Amino acid sequence: MKVSYYPGCSLHSTGLEYGKSTEEVCKILDIELEELSDWNCCGAGSAHCTDEVLSIELPVRNLVTAEESGLDLVIPCAACFNRFKVAEKHIREGKEPAIDTPYQGKVPVKHLLDFLSEEENIKVIKEKIQKPLNGLKAVCYYGCLITRPPEVTDAKNHENPQAMDELLSLLGVEVYPWSYKTDCCGGSLMLSRPDIVAELSGKLIQMAKEAGADCIVTACPLCQANLDTKQGVISKNLGNKVHFPAFYFTELLGLALGCEKAGQWLKKHVIDPRDLLKSQGLL
Amino acid sequence: MQFESVIVPDNAWLAEVGSSSGESVSICYQCKTCSSGCPVAFAMDLLPHQIIHMIRLGLKDEVLKSASIWLCASCETCTTRCPNDIDIAKIIDTMRMASLKSGLKLKEKRPSIFHKSVLSSIKKTGRLYELGMIGIYTLKSGDIVSNIKSGALLEDAKVGWKLFKERKLKIFPRLVKGRKEIKRFFKKLKRGKTA
Repeated sequence: MKVSYYPGCSLHSTGLEYGKSTEEVCKILDIELEELSDWNCCGAGSAHCTDEVLSIELPVRNLVTAEESGLDLVIPCAACFNRFKVAEKHIREGKEPAIDTPYQGKVPVKHLLDFLSEEENIKVIKEKIQKPLNGLKAVCYYGCLITRPPEVTDAKNHENPQAMDELLSLLGVEVYPWSYKTDCCGGSLMLSRPDIVAELSGKLIQMAKEAGADCIVTACPLCQANLDTKQGVISKNLGNKVHFPAFYFTELLGLALGCEKAGQWLKKHVIDPRDLLKSQGLL
Repeated sequence: MQFESVIVPDNAWLAEVGSSSGESVSICYQCKTCSSGCPVAFAMDLLPHQIIHMIRLGLKDEVLKSASIWLCASCETCTTRCPNDIDIAKIIDTMRMASLKSGLKLKEKRPSIFHKSVLSSIKKTGRLYELGMIGIYTLKSGDIVSNIKSGALLEDAKVGWKLFKERKLKIFPRLVKGRKEIKRFFKKLKRGKTA
């Protein structure tokens, strides 16, 4: 199977593990990712606060490239996915303000998690599991922009999404129910108001622990970065040392599929998750 | 009889917000669902439902100066849950754009400096160049002094060094070939063709 692929800026930088693990997982599953040629930043959380036309034009330039290929477009970053969906619908539905573009509105835009959860991909994943992740206790964290608002994302169950829960359960992970699946981590306030991010991400980590999990699993490079890099401040705020691994779901998928390069991604985390995996005999 | 302060509703601004956002704030019945679900409410000076009501009262400067419009994390919870289907996050975006144009002194400048730093990076290279963006933001925001005092700088430096070592922060930007086209998108902004 072949799809168009938009990694977005984060997967080449702060979300490097997400990019590497996505590529490896797709290779194992015989999914060919055709990276959009000369893609540009979609403007993510910043363009829509500043200018509506710009916030549509930036992703649409990439949609034009994707349309030429005639393939479905797969996006791993939740923020990019959301902006592409907004732009895609804006043009397809002929909304105001009008945008001058050759894009015709024919690109199915999919988040990586939803794409890998499609029936035929799940079938292949099931066949190729080499090392079930038994013993790993996790909560699934979807964050905001994969699901909200459902008018944009077309999410089926936006208050209680299930795709990651089902996928990780299939891999043998002990997935715990919790009420914070779609609560906000603070998103792009990371640099400008790190205190707010530490408060929100700290709460998520506390609640994940309370639910009984040993780690939190994400599908967004902003969420993972906030959860992974702010634990020093969170520890100070709480008055005790917090060490709580935050994975990308593709890292666990790669591990279960027997990917030999898994160690290379895992060592990139600020909060090293390797001890946790070793303690369960998974690494 | 004398009133200390009388609010005279400014219907012109209400209409302007309606047309620029495409949303009707008049149908809000102040149920506070937006404020109850807002993750950043604890840090706000005005709650989302208050912003909606103040737009109806025409309290333009108070809304545009508020910290809240820039503290909104754009998590879309309010938009998703509003029983009247008001796209509150979009109204907040509309307020942000208006506040940038207003020239008013903002109570919370840092998020807007962040967004401008991100966009200036995209404008130059076509993609987000993190190190450059962090540099521009640090210089413009003046956060560095308070971060040294609070010890946050040391913490950031530790994390930054780890990211740098793992090649998660690149020294050089990746240049998009179609930069000219992207610069054109930005030029329209300057000419004031769009918001």
